[in-house]
Amino acid sequence: MADGTVHLDGNCLAGPLSEILAVEPTTAWWRCPECTRSGPLAGLHVYGPEPGLTVRCPGCSYIALRLVREGEHIWLTVGGGSGAFRFSTA
Amino acid sequence: MPWRRVRLVERRSQTPSARSLVFAAPGWPGHLPGQHVDVRLTADDGYRAVRSYSLAAPADDESIELGVQTVPGGEVSPYLADDLPLGADVEVRGPLGNWFVWRTEQPEPVLLVAGGSGVVPLAAMIRAHHRTQSRSTFQLLYSVRTPDDVWYRDHLADGDPRHDVRIVYTREGPPAGARAPGRVGRSDLDGPASRLQPASPAYVCGPTGFVEAVGDLLTDMGRDPATIRTERFG
Amino acid sequence: MNSLSPGFRGRRRSLAERLPPGQYPTESFPVLSAGPTPRVSTEDWAFTVTTERGDTRTWTWEQMTALPQQGIVQDIHCVTRWSKFDTRWRGVPIDAFLEDVATDAGFAVVSSYGGYTSNMPLEDLLDGRAWIVHSYEGYPLSPEHGGPARLLVPHLYLWKSAKWVRGLRLAIEDEPGFWESIGYHSYGDPWREQRTWGD
Repeated sequence: MADGTVHLDGNCLAGPLSEILAVEPTTAWWRCPECTRSGPLAGLHVYGPEPGLTVRCPGCSYIALRLVREGEHIWLTVGGGSGAFRFSTA
Repeated sequence: MPWRRVRLVERRSQTPSARSLVFAAPGWPGHLPGQHVDVRLTADDGYRAVRSYSLAAPADDESIELGVQTVPGGEVSPYLADDLPLGADVEVRGPLGNWFVWRTEQPEPVLLVAGGSGVVPLAAMIRAHHRTQSRSTFQLLYSVRTPDDVWYRDHLADGDPRHDVRIVYTREGPPAGARAPGRVGRSDLDGPASRLQPASPAYVCGPTGFVEAVGDLLTDMGRDPATIRTERFG
Repeated sequence: MNSLSPGFRGRRRSLAERLPPGQYPTESFPVLSAGPTPRVSTEDWAFTVTTERGDTRTWTWEQMTALPQQGIVQDIHCVTRWSKFDTRWRGVPIDAFLEDVATDAGFAVVSSYGGYTSNMPLEDLLDGRAWIVHSYEGYPLSPEHGGPARLLVPHLYLWKSAKWVRGLRLAIEDEPGFWESIGYHSYGDPWREQRTWGD
């Protein structure tokens, strides 16, 4: 992700998600449960990277994914709610 | 995907605030034009910062080239652009990203639209295409503020008859320029779009506002949204 | 003549002593975001306190600005390591909104336009430790910094100071907010460097 605070897009998730996914994620297809807009993960709006990555629908800002780096751990929620997974990368 | 140490072997200025950085990367697995790497810097106290930078050149076994635009006040870009000493290492992870890529097997003519530093991954596509025997054409519409802000003049003037490069200026153009300075609009895209096939991809890269404006223009002009690939640089 | 009171500094602490562990001072005011900036007019703005029983009380912008206002000068500390000294705000202490509220709750969840939340013990919002603020450095608080109004609870990391504040819900149990539910510390004391869950 570039220096700056405006939103980027899901292309920048390739690196962070590579630590917990075995498949390349930016070509993944996603359909927003809120507004039904669909498209590649690469096209989602990404806020962050600090204090964490928040990935949102470009149409309605529904949260698709959240990711936080905590040292050797990566926290992930699919969707915006609670119940995050804490993966150990070490 | 592992982090690997790469050594800075060359730094070249592209504009007063932009640099090409060439890193020695023995055993680099190769990459597709359009892909990027994450660069990780580690301070003495263990603090780390990670940023993504596009690969500027097609794959080569032993080295990778990045394009770095200094963001004023940025945490990483000023360091990479001007402070990292030749011979010093950084860590990179990649290549990354299968969405914003051009594959040499794609036969259709291609439209590239670059805003400022967004030209970096598109230059990689042009340079990769230059090495092929493909008969497809590449059109690049490259938007910059002033003539001082143009990157890769040498690569863009490669003399390749399949490559059509048009630079537009938003603030200040060359004297006696044919086009008045201003943002990319319909009139800049009509000509290039008319030379595409329905399945032709359009790659748009640059600041978020630029990418969204150009994406909207292209869809308004009837380009199939599924053929438009974008990468926002913030 | 001998020097008079050399070295006396009184209670004013040096800047180094005001910097929590792991922080660096900044003159700028970085903007971090988790989503698009909400655009809320003061005509539409409302702040609602909800008790653990579901009783509510709401203040409009006029009502909030009619409450006794305070000038506030505080250091603020962001979990991303920057600290800013002597930031100046204007607003209303949370105490004023909770004055007539009967509650057995020990915790609060603060919520924002746009869906953001943060949680904290109720006592951390009382006794002059927290405010709803609407002005920064003498100007109306800009949307990118949380305007028209945000929570300010400067003794905790700044992610707790929810921007675009719209409500405070009292809760019997601690309920993790936006960042607390994905790895950040539930309390967030900069002086004990409570940044993440494992701290």
